[in-house]
Amino acid sequence: MLQVEALDKSFEDFMAVNGANLTVGKGEIVAVIGPNGAGKTTLFNLITGALKRDRGKIIFRGEDISELPPYEICKKGISRSYQIVNIFPRLTVFRNVQVAVLSQQRKSRQLFHPAKNMVVRETNSILESVGFLDKAHGIAGSLSHGDQKILEIAIALGNEPELLILDEPTAGMSPEETSATMELIKRLAQMRGLTILFCEHDMDIVFSIAESIMVMHQGRTLIQGRPAEVRKNSFVQEAYLGIE
Amino acid sequence: MIRSKWFGPLIVISLVLFILPLFIPRFYTYILALIYVTSLLAMSLNVVVGHGGLFQFHHGVFYGVGAYTVALMLKKTSLPMWAGFIAGPIVAAIIGLIIGWLCVRLTRLYFGMLQISLGSLIWVIVLRWYSFTGGDDGIPGIPMPSLLSSLKNSYYFILIIVIVCLIIMYLVLRSPFGNALQAIRDNPQRCEAIGINVRRHQLIAIVIATFFAGVAGVLFVALERSVFADLLFWTLSLEIFIMCLLGGWFTFAGPILGAAIIVALRTFVGIFTQYWTLILGIVLILIIFFLPEGVMGFFQKLFKPGAEEVSERGQR
Repeated sequence: MLQVEALDKSFEDFMAVNGANLTVGKGEIVAVIGPNGAGKTTLFNLITGALKRDRGKIIFRGEDISELPPYEICKKGISRSYQIVNIFPRLTVFRNVQVAVLSQQRKSRQLFHPAKNMVVRETNSILESVGFLDKAHGIAGSLSHGDQKILEIAIALGNEPELLILDEPTAGMSPEETSATMELIKRLAQMRGLTILFCEHDMDIVFSIAESIMVMHQGRTLIQGRPAEVRKNSFVQEAYLGIE
Repeated sequence: MIRSKWFGPLIVISLVLFILPLFIPRFYTYILALIYVTSLLAMSLNVVVGHGGLFQFHHGVFYGVGAYTVALMLKKTSLPMWAGFIAGPIVAAIIGLIIGWLCVRLTRLYFGMLQISLGSLIWVIVLRWYSFTGGDDGIPGIPMPSLLSSLKNSYYFILIIVIVCLIIMYLVLRSPFGNALQAIRDNPQRCEAIGINVRRHQLIAIVIATFFAGVAGVLFVALERSVFADLLFWTLSLEIFIMCLLGGWFTFAGPILGAAIIVALRTFVGIFTQYWTLILGIVLILIIFFLPEGVMGFFQKLFKPGAEEVSERGQR
């Protein structure tokens, strides 16, 4: 479904992404792991168009999307959440999601129809699936950090993505929240038939949920494979699994 | 259309405004009409500033362009008078489209700086092109349709047009477009990621705002029957900006209050001292320190505290 080939991106003299390769099959849950500064977030920013790549190809469903602006890429079916909470803090939880649904249905340029009563059912169904119905009318900015990270995902779902990219979905969460969130992500993936690409520091999570793992180091792809193969890789063993 | 609990009071207020000229002196009728025109101007700016989060620093230009368009058409062409009234807002919106198209390429402060430059360019043209615009003499004695021959008639004309414009703005701001605009104000990066073409939306907002600024310009001519280059000078733009800030730019009706306060201050304090801006300065400092969300924002909080309140600001 998504194919990243020999992707390069440099900032000034620093090669943030330097020959990254990634394959995501339809319906797969794929994890990207690597130390801080390995280029994981930059890779996601390149895929979603927030940054422009220097060289390389990003092919989504047979189409090169590497030159498209973010809003076009979103319309192709790729949504994302952010590592650092990135929501609309002054709007209600409901409107945070609604604005994405309206955008998805190409309604955000309607000028005279009151928005209040539009796409209510769709929005509520997303809120329900993340367990936020009771919080719908609270201000997004006043949610707890963990809930804001969930709202991130809910907003991304508003665009009815085929590929959902989650940049450290559990960053800053307590262990309980983390496992609840991963359960939620698994459930959403099944319910909605999503393909998920995520990065995460907690190796227990990664190896328990991912069907394919890509290891990044200094901007390049070291290996991508099934968890069992990756586990055998000597670099991964040394850096992550604490096996000498 | 308008939320029921507001409907009653608004009808009463409108009725009072309609019968007021029958009882008050001419001068006050004039001041009220001036407040309506200025309110519309401030409201139009707030579409992009308060709801859109854009640094529209030179909004006065579009007011001036609207006013000059109708003035020149009435003075120099034999087209029907109403054609000029319609052309004013349209020309303002076209200029808004051109300047906006250039400005939305930049963000925040750079947007504002470019707009001041481009707006000042138009101001200089108006000021220097004596043969066409009358330069710093402006254009006095603009002929008016017979319908607007008396101050009272102009008052009613202005009141009706302003009310219609405010209703349209209200509808636009609570539409999906208005919601998207507020989302862009809060987080443009995230909006791109959820499939919203940020620049396109900002440009549409600018065109809408400049159109209504043009309407305000036309109404100014209907009231004053003259135009002058100061309408396009940046100090006026700053004054409109202050009105939004003063009234409360996250509220729907705040700018009306801000415009009323400034016009009243200028008129009534101006009688006693030419240093009325000194008073304005002090009032502003107090507002910024004690009512950071403006006068209207303060009252909204006072009467309806709680989260729900904040959530819907900008929608009212």
